Amino acid sequence: MADVLIIAAHPHLEHSRANRALMQTAAQLGRQHVEVRDLYALYPDYLIDVAAEQALLAQAQLIVWQHPIQWYSMPALMKLWVDDVLGFGWAYGPHGTALKGKDLWLVATTGGPADSYRPDRYNRYFFDAFLPPYEQTAVLCGMRFVPPFLLHGAHRVSTDDVEAHAKVYASRLLSYPHWPELASMEPPEECAVPADARPES
Amino acid sequence: MEHANWLTGSLVYLAAAVLAVPIARVLGLGSIIGYLAAGIVIGPFGLALVGDTQDILHFAEFGVVLMLFLVGLELEPRRLWALRRPIFGWGSVQLIGSAALIFGLGVLAGIGWKLALVAALGLALSSTAIGLGALAERNLMPTTSGQSVLSVALLQDVAAIPILALLPLLATVGVASDVESGASGWWSAAKAIAVVAAIVLGGRLLLRPALRWIARSRTPEIFTAASLLLVVATAALMQAVGLSMALGAFLAGVLLAESEYRRELETDLEPFKGLLLGLFFIAVGMSIDFAVVLQRPGVVVIVVVAFLLLKALVLWGMARAMAIPRPERPVFILLLAQGGEFGFVVFQGAAQAGVIDAPVSSLLMAAVAVSMLLTPLLLVLADRHWIPRLAVGASAQMKEIEEPQNAPIIIAGFGRYGQIVARLLFANGFRATVLDHDAEQVEVVRRFGWPVFYGDATRLDLLRTAGAANARVLVLAIDDMAQSIEVAKLASEHFPHLKIVARARNVRHYYELRDLGIELIERETLDAAVMTGRSVLELVGMRPHQARTLALRFRQHTVAQLELMRPHSQDEAKLIAIAKQGRQQLEELFAQEREQAGRRGQRGGWESQAGSEADR
Repeated sequence: MADVLIIAAHPHLEHSRANRALMQTAAQLGRQHVEVRDLYALYPDYLIDVAAEQALLAQAQLIVWQHPIQWYSMPALMKLWVDDVLGFGWAYGPHGTALKGKDLWLVATTGGPADSYRPDRYNRYFFDAFLPPYEQTAVLCGMRFVPPFLLHGAHRVSTDDVEAHAKVYASRLLSYPHWPELASMEPPEECAVPADARPES
Repeated sequence: MEHANWLTGSLVYLAAAVLAVPIARVLGLGSIIGYLAAGIVIGPFGLALVGDTQDILHFAEFGVVLMLFLVGLELEPRRLWALRRPIFGWGSVQLIGSAALIFGLGVLAGIGWKLALVAALGLALSSTAIGLGALAERNLMPTTSGQSVLSVALLQDVAAIPILALLPLLATVGVASDVESGASGWWSAAKAIAVVAAIVLGGRLLLRPALRWIARSRTPEIFTAASLLLVVATAALMQAVGLSMALGAFLAGVLLAESEYRRELETDLEPFKGLLLGLFFIAVGMSIDFAVVLQRPGVVVIVVVAFLLLKALVLWGMARAMAIPRPERPVFILLLAQGGEFGFVVFQGAAQAGVIDAPVSSLLMAAVAVSMLLTPLLLVLADRHWIPRLAVGASAQMKEIEEPQNAPIIIAGFGRYGQIVARLLFANGFRATVLDHDAEQVEVVRRFGWPVFYGDATRLDLLRTAGAANARVLVLAIDDMAQSIEVAKLASEHFPHLKIVARARNVRHYYELRDLGIELIERETLDAAVMTGRSVLELVGMRPHQARTLALRFRQHTVAQLELMRPHSQDEAKLIAIAKQGRQQLEELFAQEREQAGRRGQRGGWESQAGSEADR
């Protein structure tokens, strides 16, 4: 069974170049290495099979979220996946240790080019400014938030660049967990949610 | 004795065709050459297995009649009206131009002007059978060149009548035609016009109700018989007043082109047409008089080459002026340059009237037959060496013309269910071929502007005509369960590539379809009932989004449960046990869902837990 689980979400994959290339590359690695979950294909009616998703998550060591950045965040179905699957008492909170000790890796593309994410340009913030919600989600679940793998200006990059990006992606997926940056990373700090944080449990 | 004769005849013709045509096709020569070769082999100058060539030729001419009926079916009156210029304008240019050139050359070569005129008129005609047959074989009928060949062929059919009428006049030239024959001429012209008017009016007013009445008897062979009767009757009417049978059949076809029975007539008559046309080509092969050819081979060769070149010259000019796309020009020129079966009739008639000698007549007929034999061979050569050079850069255009003939989706059944499916597809710009076997239903929905074909999808030949061999999806929306199963079997057996999406009337029907290996099946009541349940949940106080989620979960569970029970569909005790277990699971599932939703409700919304931590 694969210990790399890719949760991929792109609402218009038919118009995508970068995300489609990344997904295809990952899928070609074979299911003994990586399991790719194409959310918009699996759940076109937004009815997520929580039990199945949780079973796959429990087996994985590296969890990849692969999606285009939309409105400085994730696509709607991806957010629903987070809401439904990362349940209280399972992923966080009392006895919520299912994901503890795993790694979360964000693989994202942006429409705007890298230099648009600057205080003097139209996106007004460095891209890092949009990452805290991702990072804190990982930490709350006891996961390490591995530095993200980004492709900026995905509409305009050349086909060669997309291919090169996908190639790096594939080699990273295959070489996990032997990544240099992981050696120096500490486990995340504990964020215990007290039992009375929820009214009835 | 006569019975035995009939049997041996059929044996020889069928065996020759069955052997020669596949061989010709394997060699890449097309079926027409196969038939002609078969005719030469079994004819008087080959193995001499059969005699009476002329009788067979007359009988087989009915194949040409059927072919023109089918061509007419493809041509709505509106489109025929649009073709009036090519027919009368370009058709006349071809006929008069070719005849004038051949006549001029003949007179220059020093043969008598009468002979030159008969030869010119006879040789200017082209073979409708080979021309349209070759177009159909190559799927070129809807192209510009295909329509142009058809236009010229139609004018030749009209013009053959005055040409034949001219022959007796040539024999008695110099003697002024007396008043009596003039009067009878008027009389036959009036009869001819009356018959054409009767066919047009009858076709418009009577044929469709009659066909509907026959179709309602639900006896497929009677519908086939009626189709044949229709063509035979039209042909007989036309012949009675001395007009071309093929032309009458063509007219009848055009009048039925807009009717919902078009596809059915087509599939019913297609095999008859194919076989009779094959017989016709065999007869042409048999009728080549090799004795004449061998006696004066030089003369035959000169005549063939000369008239082919002169006609090709006229056609080449026409192709340029008509702006026929360059890659289509070789086919246009080759198909119309050859002589035709009407040439035989003209030369025979001329010999009988004493305008030309019998040996000259058979020499001309041999020349025509040789040109008909050459044409398919020249086409094969043109395909390999000429057209590819012209087609550079024009291939994309060709493809577009071919596409409309076969939609990627076939919808069987256009009742309440099929209509919804079709509307969704049409609204998204997808083309679908819709079939329904209920004539009255077809009549009604056609009034609303739906392009629906009348036809029984349980018939393999109709499915094939609807394009099943090339389509990707078959929507099985038939309400009759037995028929639905029958179509599913037929389609999965003969068109394994075709994805079937089926409507199931009930659970039993669902299992039967499932056992045939069909995976995409919808139970017709499930979704509507689930939606009703969802509305009730909302009315008794659930939030719309929660009602939606519960309804969808219920649906998912029900479908999964149905699959779970499938292996035990015969075992009632087991079914009840599974059903009970399933109901319990469902209740537990819903209890969980409600619990979660309730907690969220108390917290007043959907915000993430960590975020609300800060709110407190």
